Amino acid sequence: MKTRTITPGTILLYGTLTVLALFFLMPAYMAVVTALKLPQDISLPTSWELPPVFNWASFSEAIELLKPNFINSIILTITATIGSTVLGSLNGYVFSKWKFAGSEVVFTLFLFGMFIPYQVILIPLFQTLRAMNLYGGLPGLILAHIVYGLPITSLIFRNFYAQIPTALIESARLDGAGFFSIYLRIVFPLSIPGFVVTSLWQFTQIWNEFLWGICLTRHADNPITVGLAQLAGGQAVSWNLPMAGSIMAAVPVLAIYIFLGRYFIRGLLAGSVKE
Amino acid sequence: MREASRDRIKAFLTLLPSMILIGIFVYGFIGNTIWTSMTDWGGMGALALEPEKNFIGLDNYINLFTGFLGGGFRQDLVNAVYYSVMLLAGAVGLGMFIAILLDQKPKGEDVLRTIFLYPMSLSFIVSGTIWRWLLAPRGGVNILPTYAGLEPMTFDWLSSQSAILVFNWQDILRILLYAASLVLILIGLAKLRKDTRKAFKWLVPGIAAGLFVWVFGDLVPDAYMMEEEHGFNLATIGIIMATIWQYSGYTMALYLAGFNGISQDLRDAAMLDGASTTGYYRHVAIPMLKPITISAVIILSHISLKMFDLIFAMTGPDNGQTGHPALNMYLTTFRGNEFATGAAIAIVLFLIAATFIVPYLISQYRERGRR
Repeated sequence: MKTRTITPGTILLYGTLTVLALFFLMPAYMAVVTALKLPQDISLPTSWELPPVFNWASFSEAIELLKPNFINSIILTITATIGSTVLGSLNGYVFSKWKFAGSEVVFTLFLFGMFIPYQVILIPLFQTLRAMNLYGGLPGLILAHIVYGLPITSLIFRNFYAQIPTALIESARLDGAGFFSIYLRIVFPLSIPGFVVTSLWQFTQIWNEFLWGICLTRHADNPITVGLAQLAGGQAVSWNLPMAGSIMAAVPVLAIYIFLGRYFIRGLLAGSVKE
Repeated sequence: MREASRDRIKAFLTLLPSMILIGIFVYGFIGNTIWTSMTDWGGMGALALEPEKNFIGLDNYINLFTGFLGGGFRQDLVNAVYYSVMLLAGAVGLGMFIAILLDQKPKGEDVLRTIFLYPMSLSFIVSGTIWRWLLAPRGGVNILPTYAGLEPMTFDWLSSQSAILVFNWQDILRILLYAASLVLILIGLAKLRKDTRKAFKWLVPGIAAGLFVWVFGDLVPDAYMMEEEHGFNLATIGIIMATIWQYSGYTMALYLAGFNGISQDLRDAAMLDGASTTGYYRHVAIPMLKPITISAVIILSHISLKMFDLIFAMTGPDNGQTGHPALNMYLTTFRGNEFATGAAIAIVLFLIAATFIVPYLISQYRERGRR
């Protein structure tokens, strides 16, 4: 490793990176600074300046307003993540280790479900949930997230299980292990990282989802994104509240991203189909 | 051997519930929406449990593209094209650029990577809310130059009504034909170096189509009875900026993973052969990562087609000039109760998505078969 000397090249590199980093941090800075201001201290010309006095009340007010939505989102996200991840794991196991005639076609047909603009299924989804008496509440939303999560979770697990040597499975079969005992004794214990990656990915996606939240739930069961949109919508006079709400809605996923970033990125890369 | 076949049945039965769910919720529902788009479901009794629906064929589509009331949809469609192109160019370009910078292994690479990627974890609603405040008139981004002693900007980020690259919707068929001819010619030119005969198969129809429209353009029917102008609306720039901010970290992560996958030996070999850093990326690294670029393009196009939340949070229905078919579908269906029209918009969106996703999935399928 040669020692680095300061050349115009390195100055340019670090200079460019600094400017870019500032551009990427700009919205976060703005959100924090505005959320900490008193409503009367918020004005357009001074929007970049630090608050004269720190006002934490916006956060407690936002928590007060968004608490029901926050709880809804927690319930929704956890149940739908578990459901879609468990099913995805089983599907991935079949897709990678128990291929049957046509299973590749089925897999491709699954993947297609990941890329459709969800507007195209929204009306029948709305009607179906209404006919099943699930419209308006969380169970319907959970069902939707589980079903439409299947393509991506099956894909991530399929790619993950492809790394498990088939010889391992075959020797277990020679020893008399069947479909489920191979899964429970060999595949499942090896899939903890796969479960982490997939559930983080699903958690982020479901937490951030908005379209179904606004179309399929009634007010009392709105998830946090819908609550935030209502809080921020219209001509919001005091921007401290929407900014505090944004921070609140972002914190769970940001925490995951910052503390478990490695798994988050793996989910991100796995989501790009390319194996 | 009987044990083995029982296991196969178990495997199939495990997959079966998901197959049925996907079959109904994806394919059945798409079919249902296609059917709905050909009815007149809407208006007063639309939300009744047994709403009245009559089959009317393609009328909804004809109305969207050439009808008097479809102007908003047409503007949205034009916007969607501009959004997609800008998002693709911006996010792929910036993401690749940042990845190259980080590939130089600067100090603090981990921290920088975290900074560039964090927007990706946010909801569109969160980022849209924050960006709306950043793009407020006479505040936020507009007053940034004053900190450098310059005049503040006066750009109306989200409310501007002016547009550039304006064209007349009457001419859309001619424009599409020109575009098709241009694509054919470009493909032909790209093939010219490798296989001349194949190149002509693309070039000849391309040039012929272009010439035909140029000479007999008047024969191509007008798409609309009167002049209707659509263009790239300046108010959409802010939305595009926010999307690029949110998604270039994603392409950065893709490219960084790709660059790390290229062996050091190959890099050293390129350098030994006298390649400069720029030359290495231009002629070795980036061409090697073509599959990553394709994946990024597919995924970003699909994201740009469902850019509903971000626009909803940034301008919502406030400025119709910044609309998007995905947003229009929601407003038409769930605010206006015009279910059939909404379904038709959804199908148009779906068809656009399918034109590049289906070939992609088929090629992926073939690739898996080869291994």
